[in-house]
Amino acid sequence: MNTLLEIRDLVVRRDKREVLGIQSLSVHRGEVLAIVGPNGTGKSSFLLTLARLLEPEHGELLWNGLPYKQHSALAYRRRIALVLQEPLLLDTSVFENVAIGLRYRRLPSAYIKESVNKWLERVGLEALHGRNGARLSGGEAQRVSLARAFAINPELLLLDEPFSALDAPTRLRLLDDLKAILAETGTTTIIITHDLKEAAYLATRVAVMLHGHIVQIGAPQQVFSSPASPDVAAFLGI
Amino acid sequence: MELFNSLFFDPEVLEVTLLSLKVSGIATLISLALGLPVGTLLALARFPGRSFLLTVVNTGMALPPVVVGLAVAMSLWRSGPLGDLRLIYSPTAIIIAQTIIAAPVVTGLTAAALQQLDPRLQFQLLGLGASVPQMVLTMWREARLPLLAALMAGFGSVISEVGASMMVGGNIKGQTRVLTTAIVLETNKGEFGRAIILGALLLGITFLINYALTWIQQRGAKQR
Repeated sequence: MNTLLEIRDLVVRRDKREVLGIQSLSVHRGEVLAIVGPNGTGKSSFLLTLARLLEPEHGELLWNGLPYKQHSALAYRRRIALVLQEPLLLDTSVFENVAIGLRYRRLPSAYIKESVNKWLERVGLEALHGRNGARLSGGEAQRVSLARAFAINPELLLLDEPFSALDAPTRLRLLDDLKAILAETGTTTIIITHDLKEAAYLATRVAVMLHGHIVQIGAPQQVFSSPASPDVAAFLGI
Repeated sequence: MELFNSLFFDPEVLEVTLLSLKVSGIATLISLALGLPVGTLLALARFPGRSFLLTVVNTGMALPPVVVGLAVAMSLWRSGPLGDLRLIYSPTAIIIAQTIIAAPVVTGLTAAALQQLDPRLQFQLLGLGASVPQMVLTMWREARLPLLAALMAGFGSVISEVGASMMVGGNIKGQTRVLTTAIVLETNKGEFGRAIILGALLLGITFLINYALTWIQQRGAKQR
């Protein structure tokens, strides 16, 4: 399988404490990899490291087979998109919120208009394009956040618990939509979640992270039915 | 009324008013040029000594103008380290002193304005492909209303101060007399009527400028 990202001996420290130690992990092009684990286990640090927003102490990250530092941080980040738990929309219209990543890339305005309208329609918010981002419900705001990420057409989409702040019905609708969009676009995605059902529903592979280490990785059914250790079994509630 | 008319059409009053607006306006703009980037750095960057610098800036926000006036006067005095520049008792000297007063206000309030934003917003913007300057511009835009308040506070701190302007400007008629020093002079002469009218003029100008800025601020708030 075609590998987009390869990680070897990655160590990340925050406040002098090792929060992440990953010996080896490959992310395949087009897959949806869910990182599951309890709170405070280093999942978000992992995502921020992949977004080059945290500097690893040591280790190797290969992007398309080349050390990721061969690209400038900006050039690298322009190939990814990050979606956080809070949508963090800007104090401007929904349209401009979705357009922001494209504007950062200085793309032609005709392309921006077409792309933003396409994605607003895709997430069902075309009627709200002129509304201020601050006036949206939690579900609508997270839809805008997803549209903003997909509009960039990223090679790698990083999702950090994007649905955890939403109520159950809204979360389920968004999950359905996200799954459909990922199937359409084939975007390589890493999603952080502590919701096992969410991981099983979306992911092609699941990695269990405990205490900053990936302790098991495989297809969702395989991981959930055959935990590799008592700790994994305890986390999975088996 | 006669006194009001005579003052209102008095070219000297006009000159004093324009000089007040000019020196305080320039000092505020220089403070903005210094305070916006430094305040942004203090709010967004992480480096050793940052907390200490923030404390210094916050202390600077409460600098007594007479102390600033004393320090600037000593520096610009003929025998002082910058005496050769011959700036003492010039409008430039007032601008220097007022900049020292306003810059910490603009810097401190800029830092506070940006620190009020969600700290994860930086990560979010960079994670959408923003360069660092683009990220900073977006954050300034997000904090535009409190940043406008920082500008208003900076201007307010210098248009109304008298101690530093008097000490480094010397209140020389036709050269360094500004509204506040003119009010002090008229009061010392016992010309309370003239002093009151000049005071009302100063209040009116600051009110109009702040009204305009508040209007922009509130228009921004309503659009949310």
